[in-house]
Amino acid sequence: MLAYTLKRLFAGVITVWFIATATFIAMHQVPGDPLMNDKAVSAEIRANLEAKYGLDKPVTEQYFIFLGNMLSGDFGISFTQQNRRVNDIIRDHFPISAILGLLAIFFAATGGVLWGALTAIYRNRLPDIVIMFLVILGISVPSFVFAALGQLFLVNLNSLFGQSIIPVAGWGTIWHMLMPSMVLGLGTMALLTRLMRSSMLEVVNEDYIKTARAKGLSPTRIFFRHQLRNAILPVITVLGPQIAAITTGGFVVELVFAIPGLGRYFVQAVQQLDYTVIMGTTVFYGAFLVLMVIIVDILYGFIDPRVRLS
Amino acid sequence: MAIHASDAVDFESQTLTIALTQEPPQLNSTKATDQVSGTLLGHLMQGLVRYDRRGKVIPGVAERWEMDEKTATFWLREDAKWSDGKPVTAHDFVFAWQRVVDPKTASEYAFILAPILNAAEINEGKLPVSQLGAVALDDRTLQVNLARPTAYFVKLAVFITFYPIRQDFFESRGDQYAAEAKDLLYNGPFKLTEWTHSASLKMVKNEHYWDSENISLNAINVDYITADTRARLNLYTDGKIAFTRLDGETYKDALSQRFRIRRFTTGSTFFLEYNHRPGKPTDNRNLRKAIQSVFDPDEMVNRVLATPGNLRGESLFPVWINGVNDKFRKEYPAPQAGYNIKEAKRYLELAVKELGSIPPLVLLVSDSPTATKQGEYIQGVLLNKLGIELKIDVQTFKQRLAKMTSGEFDIVGAGWGPDFDDILTFGDLFASWNMNNRGRYNNPEYDRLVRLTMNSTDPKTRMDAMGKAQQILFDDAVILPQYEQGVIYLLNPKIKGVARRVIGPDPDFTYARIVP
Amino acid sequence: MSLFEPTAADFEPLARQEKTEQITRPSLSYWQDAWVRLKKNTRAIISLGIIVLLGIFTLIGPLLWSVNPALQNLNQVSQAPSWAKSAVVIAPYQRWNGIRLDNYTSPDQTFTSLPAPTGFSTADTPTTQRVRLAWDQVPGADGYNVYRNNRAPRDFNDLGLPLGSTYGDELSYEDRLSLEPREYYYSLVPTDGYDEYEVYSQLILTPALGLTPDEAVERELITDPHEVNIGDYLTIEFHPLGTDYLGRDMLARLMEGARVSLFIGIVAPFLFVLVGIIYGGFAGYFGGRVDGLLMRFAEFVVALPFLLFMILFKIAFGIGPGESGIMPMLLALVLLSWPSTARLVRGQVLQIREEGYIEAARLLGAKDHYLVLRHIIPNTMGVILVTLTFAVPAAIFTEAFLSFIGMGVAPPTPSWGSMCNEGVKTMLSHPHELIFPALLISITVLAFNLLGDGLTEALDSKMRSRD
Repeated sequence: MLAYTLKRLFAGVITVWFIATATFIAMHQVPGDPLMNDKAVSAEIRANLEAKYGLDKPVTEQYFIFLGNMLSGDFGISFTQQNRRVNDIIRDHFPISAILGLLAIFFAATGGVLWGALTAIYRNRLPDIVIMFLVILGISVPSFVFAALGQLFLVNLNSLFGQSIIPVAGWGTIWHMLMPSMVLGLGTMALLTRLMRSSMLEVVNEDYIKTARAKGLSPTRIFFRHQLRNAILPVITVLGPQIAAITTGGFVVELVFAIPGLGRYFVQAVQQLDYTVIMGTTVFYGAFLVLMVIIVDILYGFIDPRVRLS
Repeated sequence: MAIHASDAVDFESQTLTIALTQEPPQLNSTKATDQVSGTLLGHLMQGLVRYDRRGKVIPGVAERWEMDEKTATFWLREDAKWSDGKPVTAHDFVFAWQRVVDPKTASEYAFILAPILNAAEINEGKLPVSQLGAVALDDRTLQVNLARPTAYFVKLAVFITFYPIRQDFFESRGDQYAAEAKDLLYNGPFKLTEWTHSASLKMVKNEHYWDSENISLNAINVDYITADTRARLNLYTDGKIAFTRLDGETYKDALSQRFRIRRFTTGSTFFLEYNHRPGKPTDNRNLRKAIQSVFDPDEMVNRVLATPGNLRGESLFPVWINGVNDKFRKEYPAPQAGYNIKEAKRYLELAVKELGSIPPLVLLVSDSPTATKQGEYIQGVLLNKLGIELKIDVQTFKQRLAKMTSGEFDIVGAGWGPDFDDILTFGDLFASWNMNNRGRYNNPEYDRLVRLTMNSTDPKTRMDAMGKAQQILFDDAVILPQYEQGVIYLLNPKIKGVARRVIGPDPDFTYARIVP
Repeated sequence: MSLFEPTAADFEPLARQEKTEQITRPSLSYWQDAWVRLKKNTRAIISLGIIVLLGIFTLIGPLLWSVNPALQNLNQVSQAPSWAKSAVVIAPYQRWNGIRLDNYTSPDQTFTSLPAPTGFSTADTPTTQRVRLAWDQVPGADGYNVYRNNRAPRDFNDLGLPLGSTYGDELSYEDRLSLEPREYYYSLVPTDGYDEYEVYSQLILTPALGLTPDEAVERELITDPHEVNIGDYLTIEFHPLGTDYLGRDMLARLMEGARVSLFIGIVAPFLFVLVGIIYGGFAGYFGGRVDGLLMRFAEFVVALPFLLFMILFKIAFGIGPGESGIMPMLLALVLLSWPSTARLVRGQVLQIREEGYIEAARLLGAKDHYLVLRHIIPNTMGVILVTLTFAVPAAIFTEAFLSFIGMGVAPPTPSWGSMCNEGVKTMLSHPHELIFPALLISITVLAFNLLGDGLTEALDSKMRSRD
């Protein structure tokens, strides 16, 4: 187990290095640069800017400077927010995205497992049809619609009571987190419901379930002990990368609910071609994703003892 | 019906709460370029002069001044102080301006100090910073030596790039200057006490401000930062913020909530800019004249943009620019083409004779939905009325800038907002040396008129020159004006005295007060 | 008690029976059986029906409803679905000089209050082309503000949209701001040039829906402008599903958008799921080093910043400005979406390859590719079909996003996803612009979902035993 983990971690470092390099190359190939602005500047001012930010050096030299800095943990200063270090940006905003994301995953996972199991148990009866209809809606309607609708719902709710009970935007208390995390988790919840349903339906027909039933075990015991545990593997598979994606990709939700998370920085950095933030966030996200995948793979071994990884 | 909870405005404590559209990128006044930073700095700091409620230049840190062809002298008031109690001196202005032109700062607005002697040379690295033509004769007297006679210098000095910075404080902070609330010194009506990046800010009344008895507000809270207009409308409806801008879709929701909608023309003009480089089809004057006569200027404003506040696009120079004694556009009315399909077709025939056939033209637009919508409208008109095929090239911000710089377009949707209150801020746009002249329009007569305006101090001479420039822009169809931008917004009715500005901090809450 | 002890005499051989096997049905292979079951499955039939309907909508629809989807009509912006309307023919627009005072001077003082303006009325018949308002001078006023509301204002703060301002010497205003043939409440407020006096006068009117002869020709309602006279009535074109933000017919745009959306929404998922199955299948089956390498590469692809690489692809594929790059977009979509399917499939394969029957088949001499194709992949069908269902709307919306940033379809070509993007903005005021494309996307997703369910039931060997 330990050897496996170490091997994976080492492979992970190599992967992150590849990600950084590919992104760096792509970033410099794309036309435009962080210094361009709506109002063009004279050639002299442009030269001053390039010298100040080291963009007048050849690209390969910039790459090695970047690598050197990255190894010492320094991602430099943002081009768009010129007095903030990229490390500080990640340190200040990632925890917020993480909390939002984890809460969203919590909703999605509990909801997904619950609804999925229900649809499998009541297959082809009313609960199944209703839930599947909601799932279809959940995946066909884009997330920005749900975010807008969710916020509108809160405004109307507050208006009904004549005062602001649940905040419609912002961050700080658990009440601020409820609606945004529910909206963020909706897509994943729909996916997990569907996955859970199909894998439960497979498991339910397995021989060992029939045996358990024939043995006289209670349905609850069968459900939790056997069905759930065997059906949950695809859910876990999906969960790993989804956690990474949700914690860093909540761009729309962060925008609509005015949440100071990292998601906004991801998108805006690319739009502004803010080199340092792009590299910092991509490397961070890459490392986070790789770590989540490693954890999930190790979990596999615990959940299904038959799975051998090496 | 909205809930007017105490969050948005509070009479007893004279506080109001607003939202910002983005995290302020730069609060270092020597380097800031964007609207959000500019508005914040306009509340937190103050320059030699400032605007009154109605946009007239009045004394700020300087209590009086004198100007002639070679120098401008400013006498500073005694009681102007920084937020740590120390006085604001002429040295602070000299130091700040030296930072602006210092090539190491790489300030994008260094050009605005060009009228000061040696500023341009210092910025190019040819002279040391100490040679800047701004000298502190003593603590309270600032003498500015001008590179050329500049009648509008005092109006220039309102801009944030001219704000003072105290040397000892600046140097004590090093490259952390303006990184956090504690890394700035304030001499304006308000000071920044809290700053949580991307989340919130808090500005409270600066008790050391020289005119603080005339400031009614005690605090301005920025509790939310989001670019989503609908989210801000929701916050306004929920009684959480006191001000928000509306756009073409959210205004209908605001109307149905029975909110008071207000209107403001921002003073920016938007136009289609042609590529005048040789070899491009748009270099052909007849083609441009044809396109000039095929648009009904009312349609863009009334049907496509369809929000109140936008004015018809008639000229590069917007309606608010001052002429000799009255508005420039009243003294020099803009020449109009109007919708004249016969003329358009006549010019098109001439163009076809000269070019052979009209190839599909490329319109470069940004990826914002309004820009794409305008692009589709223009595409429809050109196809229906003239049979010209227009392809819409949607590009994200930086890629669009790169294409504009390298000239990879036939027509580009462009706009310009004023930097200072003088006709030159628009007039010199199409001078051949201006980097913002993306289409590379090159007309020696136009250049001559711009130089004349730059170097003369006689208002009649200058305005006559610009009047002729306006005529050239029309005769040569250098651009096709689309509209003058207007915005609609909501403001809590309990707040009085808010100023909206074309140049300067906008909205300006300095003179605001909350009524019960 | 005696035990039964069998002897040879207790047994006699049975006669050979060749015909017993004919009583049972003929033996079917796995796929033949699946097909039979699929045909009987209600869900699958419904879904196939929906798919056929969508196909007719896309391919035959434009022939039956031959309205040009790119034809703009700025007089009919964002109209809700309704029956055909009639419009009156009006003269072409002429610029109006308005009513101005000669010898006007600004008042030299500001007053505490002023009376409400009198004589607030229309200068001539209001039409949707323009509404001309005029009023009497209010002595002491240095300007006027004009407002317009869709309902009766309750008080001074509810006057509605601030249309414009005039100087003190202008006693008229022409309104052309997106006029519709509905009741409007105009309000007039005197000002001192900057601030308003808190009084107002009101005017209620309904503009007539107007059309000039030239516009009628453009709309193809008549062929010659001289066919009609000012004052005649014409029936204007009918939009069964309403119009969009530039007055284009929704139904025609939905039909044209169907081509792009359905093509991308079906082909892209199939492609990247296929790639994912092959990739994940092999990774999971071979395990060890191979699995490690393949999966690390998959993680690498996922971690790359999506937007940045999309921009790069756009340039790399050399799509001309304003061209529709459907194939490059398809390629980009596939290249960036296959890892999640691969991971899912690999997880399933890791589980399944430990099953007893795999070992058994291997002992019987099965080769690797036979095991993978015949045993392992069919058992991962459940998971695969779920991914496919989700991939469809994901592809449609990713396509909308890509077109938005300039990669994909260029304007004015519509797609359902981009119509949703546009429709969200007017969600509350003109919901039809969002509802119709979203509905079509939902129907497509539903069809594939049902198909997926039907296929699962048909193909899954374990579920077969239930019937």
